[in-house]
Order: sequence, then structure tokens, then C-alpha cells
Amino acid sequence: MTTEETTGQQPPRVGFFTDTSVCIGCKACEVACKEWNLVPEDGLTLTGMSYDNTAALGASTWRHVAFVEQTKPLGGQQAHQPHADLDVLALAARGSATPVDEAAITPTTPGPPTADGRTELRWLMASDVCKHCTEAACLDVCPTGALFRTEFGSVVVQQDVCNGCGYCVPACPFGVIEQREGDGRAFKCTLCYDRLGAGQEPACAKSCPTESIQFGPLDELRERAERRVAQLREGGVPDARLYGADPDDGVGGGGAFFLLLDEPEVYGLPPDPRVTTRDLPTMWRHAALAALTLLGGIAAAHRVFGRKR
Amino acid sequence: MSEARVTRDGLAGVHPGREARFGNGLDDGRRPRERRMVPGAEFTSYYGRPVLKVPSWAARDIAGYMFLGGLAGAGSALAAAAQLTGRPATARALKLSSLGAISLSTAALVNDLGRPARFLNMLRVAKPTSPMSVGSWLLAGYGPAAGLAAASAATGLLPRVGTAATLAAAGLGPAVATYTGVLLADTAVPSWHEAHRELPHPFAASAATAAAGMALLAGPRRENGPARGVAALAAGAEALALRSLLTSAGHAAEPYRTGRPGRLLTTAKRLAFLGTAGATLLAGRNRAAAAVSGATLLAASAATRFAVFHAGIASARDPKYTVLPQRLRLRAEGGAPPATA
Repeated sequence: MTTEETTGQQPPRVGFFTDTSVCIGCKACEVACKEWNLVPEDGLTLTGMSYDNTAALGASTWRHVAFVEQTKPLGGQQAHQPHADLDVLALAARGSATPVDEAAITPTTPGPPTADGRTELRWLMASDVCKHCTEAACLDVCPTGALFRTEFGSVVVQQDVCNGCGYCVPACPFGVIEQREGDGRAFKCTLCYDRLGAGQEPACAKSCPTESIQFGPLDELRERAERRVAQLREGGVPDARLYGADPDDGVGGGGAFFLLLDEPEVYGLPPDPRVTTRDLPTMWRHAALAALTLLGGIAAAHRVFGRKR
Repeated sequence: MSEARVTRDGLAGVHPGREARFGNGLDDGRRPRERRMVPGAEFTSYYGRPVLKVPSWAARDIAGYMFLGGLAGAGSALAAAAQLTGRPATARALKLSSLGAISLSTAALVNDLGRPARFLNMLRVAKPTSPMSVGSWLLAGYGPAAGLAAASAATGLLPRVGTAATLAAAGLGPAVATYTGVLLADTAVPSWHEAHRELPHPFAASAATAAAGMALLAGPRRENGPARGVAALAAGAEALALRSLLTSAGHAAEPYRTGRPGRLLTTAKRLAFLGTAGATLLAGRNRAAAAVSGATLLAASAATRFAVFHAGIASARDPKYTVLPQRLRLRAEGGAPPATA
């Protein structure tokens, strides 16, 4: 299941670190993905879910930008605290020459709470993608071997093998992979397998204007993510947390992981996903026990009730 | 778009985005940590949308397959027992019904594929990590055995081959009947996976109910003593197994009690009760009563499979059943959400 010993030719495992704290919701990733991978259109509807009219990942949506509107202040903003000790005139005198890092008020600073105690809206944006799990349920349960792990550690469907049994669909704890209507086969993000082979980064990462989507060797991304979380927490964002970065989690860690500013379920992600194949030995044991009980029950019934009258 | 360039005047094209700070770090993180405690049955979701993808399986094909597979598998075991204890007419009837059921169920499976023409790809690999692969190989072994057993019983040709095939089908049949429980349980669907230890047991019992029903329906009255016993045992076991399934599924047991799956399960219980009562009290005396009891038991088994199928679908549609058990699990395992730093 995992890649073989590093031989020198083996490329390092690569993936995405999606830092949602700098996502601006431009959806360039969605567009670039569709364009590059020739993913067909899958409905032009208005969902009423903030600016999110993509709705969810699916057979024809391999990047999905979630928009969450909350009436919570952004971390570090102190609209609720007294500023009596702050000399506003001195700040004003510094004018526009104030370096951004030192400016007390920026366009994103919320105003004071209204009379009924509401603060300004906070807007979370996050670009979701296939997690390319270390222990991938879709790959485990695929009966045809259509799903496989590439030399880059990503999980890809071979479209010429997939027979559309649909078993990978409910197996995925993130609800990523799906059968395409009218086609029948299962589709999902390939981590731009064709681009990786040519030494290019995936289309979404390439197009991301804020580097919210970062592509690279997984080890390096994890280090970078740790530093970023520490930086944000230091800066007064205690809710910043990594999601899918821990190799000891229920799916062995994701090849794509995220920096989130709220609980995962707020973004539509499962809080504690687990690959169900971990429980498969137990299930097989119970199935065997049930089968033997069935045989035993039938035999017993013939012994007890089978006497000729 | 993101590459920085080194020019004569220093770095150009550097994006500060990656390091962007919130509120410009004014309060040095000294602000008290606000941790929202999630109370009991509350949960958050993204606009109420499901976390999981609902399988696109058709109920008729997949729940129907599970019922027919159970009927065939347990029927083969019952047929072998009937043959070994000198009940040839029941044995023959069950062998024929098993062949019919397994043929129909295989057709349903192929029909449910997105690319039916590629159904042979199922036998391209053998993967113990995939219950569907294991099931395909089971069917590939069981189907021909059931076919040979039925053909030999119907024509009277090759009796030794027929007996061998009967025994082989009886050995593989119970596995065909129970592996479907694993097939469902090895998914992220809460109502199936949360009960992954229990699910094969009601499936085995439900298969036995169906097979006993078929024996009562198709076998002669003078041979139906054991079938009546199996019916009573199976119906009792099914009730117990379903109860333990509902207990262990926790929050994910709710879909089994409400809506369509709830109604189906209630129907299944009532039918099983009626069928068992008819089988034990009347089927020994009256051929018509035996047939009616048998048909009732078959219907009970089918209703159970459809109930389990629909409960899973309902649980996948509602984010509550995905988020809540996981949240509770996290809390039980140490409280703090996975805020690794």
C-alpha cells in the first residue's frame, strides 16, 4: 500500500498545504482545475450559501471553495476591549506612512459592536480538495484495482479500468469521490498527475494568487504549516489549527492538509475521519462467526426438529 | 504566479500573503483562549450539507441483491441439510431457488454498475481489503456450484458431481449471505459502520429466515419440520441481533427507528412474528398455511434488508450522524479538538 523503500529514483511524497487564513475566495483554483483537467460543467445554480455556488466536492468538482459567514470577531481583533491607553491622535499623526505591520486600523478591522452586541461579520474561506490519504479507504475498497497510489504518494483513478461499482463513494470519510452522472465511473482530484510527471505543480496551486494553496514535498509542507500555526497563535488567533497534518490520525494523515480557523465541521469536514478498513479484520471475524452460526443453526434445527414423526 | 525573482534592486514579486497576520498581532496572544464547548446533541455543519457522499446504489438492485444473496446462500446450506437428512423434494426445491436467486442477484449487481460492460474487471484483482472483491470471488465460486447442484437435482444426471456441488454451495453459501454485512459496514456511512461488529449477524439470521420461508413455500409438508425449526430460530436470532445492532450504533441508530427505514423495520418484525407463528403452529398441518407462512418470512427478510439499506442512506444524507459521533469520540478520547501545533 505504501510506497517502497526510497531508491533514489523514487520522488518524495508531495501534496498540498492549504492555508485558509490567507484564502480570499477568488476561486481561481476551481477554474484552473476545471480548465486543466477538462472537467465538465456540473450545474450553474445559485445555492444561497454565501458566495459558494459550487456547493461541494464531487465527480466534476475537484476543488471547492467554502464560504462561511460568522458573527464572530476575527482572532486578534479587539473591538470589545477599551482602548483608553491608546493615543489615537498620535496614531493619526503618523498617517498613511505607518507601516502595515504597525497600523492599528486596517480595512479588515471590525467596527465596535452595535447596540444589540453584534460585531461585524467574519468570513472564512477555504479551498477543499481530495486529501490523498495515507490510508485511503477508496483505494482499499476498490474491487477492480482502478484506484492506485502513484509514485508521488497521491491516489488516482485509472479511468480505463473503473467499472463504476460506486463502492469508493460511501467509503470516503470526506465525501470526495463520486460517480459522474451519465458516465458512471468515479472521478476525483488526481493531484494533476500529468503535470507532476512533467515537473509542474498542480494547476490549482499554480493559479492561487495568495499562496493559500501551497504545493511541495509533504515533509517540508508540514514544517511550514507548524510554523504558520505558531505564528498565527502568537498573533492572537488561538483557533488556528492544522487539519489532516497528523500522521497518527484516523487516515494516517492526508497528502493534502489544511490550516483552519474554526472546527473542521464548520467547513464541512469531518472532525475525526477514520479509514474504515482498519476495522475490517474485526468485521471479517464477525462475518465468519455469523456464517458458522448459520450453518450450526441449520444443523441443530435438523437434529432437534428433524426426527420423523 | 507565485515565484519571487532576484533583481538588481532586491527581491521582486514576493507575496506577503503567506505571512499575512490577523489584526496585525496587536495583542500578542495574551487574549484569553475561547474554547467553545459543544454541548450534548448539538453539532455544526456547512449549511446543513452532508459530509459524506451518498452512494448512488439503487435500492432495488443492492438491497434486493442482499436479500436474494442471503436467500440463495442460506438456501444452499438448508438444501444440503435436507438432502443429508433424507428430504429430497425440499432439497431440490431449495437448490433451484438458490440458483434462481443468485442469478437474479448477479444480474442486479451488474445492472447497478456504472459501466456494466466492464463487470469482469471485478475479477481483475483479488483484494482482501475490499469486501466487494472478496464478494465477487465468492460469487464466482458459489454461483457455478449452486448451478451444478441445481442442474444435477433437476435432471438427475451426475449425482456424485451434484452432491459435491451441493456441499460446496452449502460451504460457500453462508459466506455469501453474511459478507454483505461487511460490504456495508466497511464504508464511512454512520448507520452501517458504527455497528460494524453487529451487522453480519442480523444478515445471517435474515438469510436463514428467507431460506426457511422458501423451504416452507416450495417444500412438501411432510418434510418441513426442520424448516419450521429454522424459521423460529432465525426469527428469534434476527430480533436479538437487530436489538444489539441498534444498541451499539449509538446516535447512528436513530435512522433505523425513524422514517422509511423505521417503518420497514417495524414491518419486518411484524411479518417475522406472523410468519414464525404460522410456521410453528399451522405449517405442520396445512400445506397452504405453510406456503403463506413461508411467503411471509420471505417478505420479512426482504424488509429487513431494505430497512438496513435505507437507514444507511438516511444517515449519510444528514451531517448530524457523521459529525456528532466523531465529536463525541474526540471528547471521550481527551476532549481537545485536533489542534496540533
